[in-house]
Amino acid sequence: MHIVVCIKQVPDSAQIRVHPVTNTIMRQGVPTIINPYDLFALEAALELRDKLGGEVTVLTMGPASAEDSLRKALTFGADRAVLLTDRFFAGADTLATSYALATAIRKIGTEFATPDIVFTGKQTIDGDTAQVGPGIAKRLGLLQLTYVAKISKLDLEARTIEAERRAEGGVQVLQTRLPCLVTMLEATNQIRRGAMKDALRAARAPIVKWSAQEAGVEDISKCGLRGSPTIVKRVFAPSPRTEKATFIELAEQPAEALIEAIFQRQPNLEAELATLARGY
Amino acid sequence: MIDERFDAIVVGAGMAGNAAALTMAKRGLKVLQLERGEYSGSKNVQGAILYADMLEKLVPDFREDAPLERHLVEQRFWMMDDRSHTGLHYRSDDFNEEKPNRYTIIRAQFDKWFSSKVREAGVTVLCETTVTELAQDAYGKVIGVRTDRLGGEIHADVVVLAEGVNGVLGTRAGLRERPKPDKVALAVKEMHFLPRETIEARFNLKGDEGVVIEAVGTISGGMTGMGFIYANKECISLGIGCLVADFQRTGQTPYGLLDRFKRHPSVAPLIEGSEVKEYSAHLIPEGGYKAIPQLFGEGWVVVGDAAQLNNAIHREGSNLAMTSGRIAGEAIFQVKSRRDPMTAENLALYKKMLDESFVIKDLKKYKDMPALMHTQSQNFFLTYPQLVSKAMQNFLRVDGTPKVEKEKSSLRSFIEARSWTGLFGDAFRFARAWR
Repeated sequence: MHIVVCIKQVPDSAQIRVHPVTNTIMRQGVPTIINPYDLFALEAALELRDKLGGEVTVLTMGPASAEDSLRKALTFGADRAVLLTDRFFAGADTLATSYALATAIRKIGTEFATPDIVFTGKQTIDGDTAQVGPGIAKRLGLLQLTYVAKISKLDLEARTIEAERRAEGGVQVLQTRLPCLVTMLEATNQIRRGAMKDALRAARAPIVKWSAQEAGVEDISKCGLRGSPTIVKRVFAPSPRTEKATFIELAEQPAEALIEAIFQRQPNLEAELATLARGY
Repeated sequence: MIDERFDAIVVGAGMAGNAAALTMAKRGLKVLQLERGEYSGSKNVQGAILYADMLEKLVPDFREDAPLERHLVEQRFWMMDDRSHTGLHYRSDDFNEEKPNRYTIIRAQFDKWFSSKVREAGVTVLCETTVTELAQDAYGKVIGVRTDRLGGEIHADVVVLAEGVNGVLGTRAGLRERPKPDKVALAVKEMHFLPRETIEARFNLKGDEGVVIEAVGTISGGMTGMGFIYANKECISLGIGCLVADFQRTGQTPYGLLDRFKRHPSVAPLIEGSEVKEYSAHLIPEGGYKAIPQLFGEGWVVVGDAAQLNNAIHREGSNLAMTSGRIAGEAIFQVKSRRDPMTAENLALYKKMLDESFVIKDLKKYKDMPALMHTQSQNFFLTYPQLVSKAMQNFLRVDGTPKVEKEKSSLRSFIEARSWTGLFGDAFRFARAWR
């Protein structure tokens, strides 16, 4: 069995500062960590490997310094680490990121072994989109299980996987075929403390480093800033709420009193609603 | 247990540990360094001043890429009472040299850089790995370490203990005693952030020039202690430390002292409007020569703060740490290259080489100083600063009193406070301890 876990090196949000003038995140000097959600994915993958055998490959895209996060993943017990690093990848949105990662996963498949499962965290703490996992699945034609709390069964012979997925109002138990992509929910497991032999190996293991070309990217215009249709127009710190809640005296007819209070606050609303209602 | 053997295991990635690991790796030894912090420097606390000479011996071209703050062009010694300071300032343009002698640094950044040099030299560095105890054979010879990781026992020919001031491992293994409260100081420090230009204006600096203020007096409330202010690029390191035994005796709190130091009329304007972004505390070995524990044994040596190597009079610690680490590494290499075993007899070479260096020579010179300062703390840190301040004010205030009378009254205040014998005794004891 071969599992690929996608991780991301992110600034430690507990120690982050926002530039008071430009409102951009000041990354300089802020310590980095592995995106916390990804650690749940990594632990789930390691548990499956420990139970059923096989290998876990961690993959990340980022600057050369992202190597630190990969080494940490190796310390936890991952077998192999791949760093996708190239200036062409810089400035990627979720579309371009999923393209690059999907390409690299294909290459990992040919270079090492075809992955049976690709894991990602639910989302990253610096982007919060939760789009990259599903994006990879779509590009690779993998079945996807998102927001997974637990892998309850994995049958390598029948090539099936059963997962518990947290959904509104309960837990869904879903079964699908391998290969698939799983995005893991937070607080579903606890990342292990790596054993001494893993720590020792991690400190010295070579990290596989691929440029866009080496990863097999065919269309460089789909990567990085050029391949990113998302444009950040403006970043701003939310201003504190100044409007206070209004208390309404309990009247004989509370609904009417409420509507009256709303119309008082929003003088144009009544006319707008009347216009909308005219058609009915 | 790990089957792989190392020539040497270094416990700790501070100045001493990094120096030892780097020296041995450069000499071709197979070295493992274990650090409990997330990275080298994450647990390390110092003022901090870096002495170039000792680092040059390890990384000759360190100025090219080491994260240095400011090179020092001015030193201010302050004797303070509650409302004044009497200062001795020395500033020289000679310190604006091509290769400056002293720099302010921020350890969290500096140690990361130092560690990168250690890795480049070929040392295997494992962070977030705590050594829980020394592995010893049936005869007590140290044969390796045990860590808090699963399967975490690992063996080597020699273990270099660079574990810091508390010396937990050495104590646990019965190789030494715990540092005593009258032999260590507890220092607390804050980092005050201010715009670069503000710092340069307040301290009269240009470019990367830096200044150090060291202060004694009533700020330590009669305890043996010292305050310090270091100008970095965009922040000011400010702290104060006193003997742990004195804190015990008087019941004063370190944060109380720090707060009072910050509010002192000579200090407050320097840090006005600053933002505190970091605070830390650290123990400093203050026992001097007489507090140095056994430095070597069967399969082990101890370096840096763990060996209590700190010159309290000159406030030098990190350079003694670097030098002891380097010398230990060199001694181990020499034993190894002769294919001799790492016995106490052979490792005595480390002690011999250290004795010949400035480290032990300096500590020996001041061997009586710590005891003098500790027993006479009331006089040296409370009485004299107040007398000096009073005399200075008397000297400067123009109020129609004839100068002769002014001088007489100043002298009288000294004699009344300490008596002739007391004054001569203090001067004699001080001179003897200094010599």
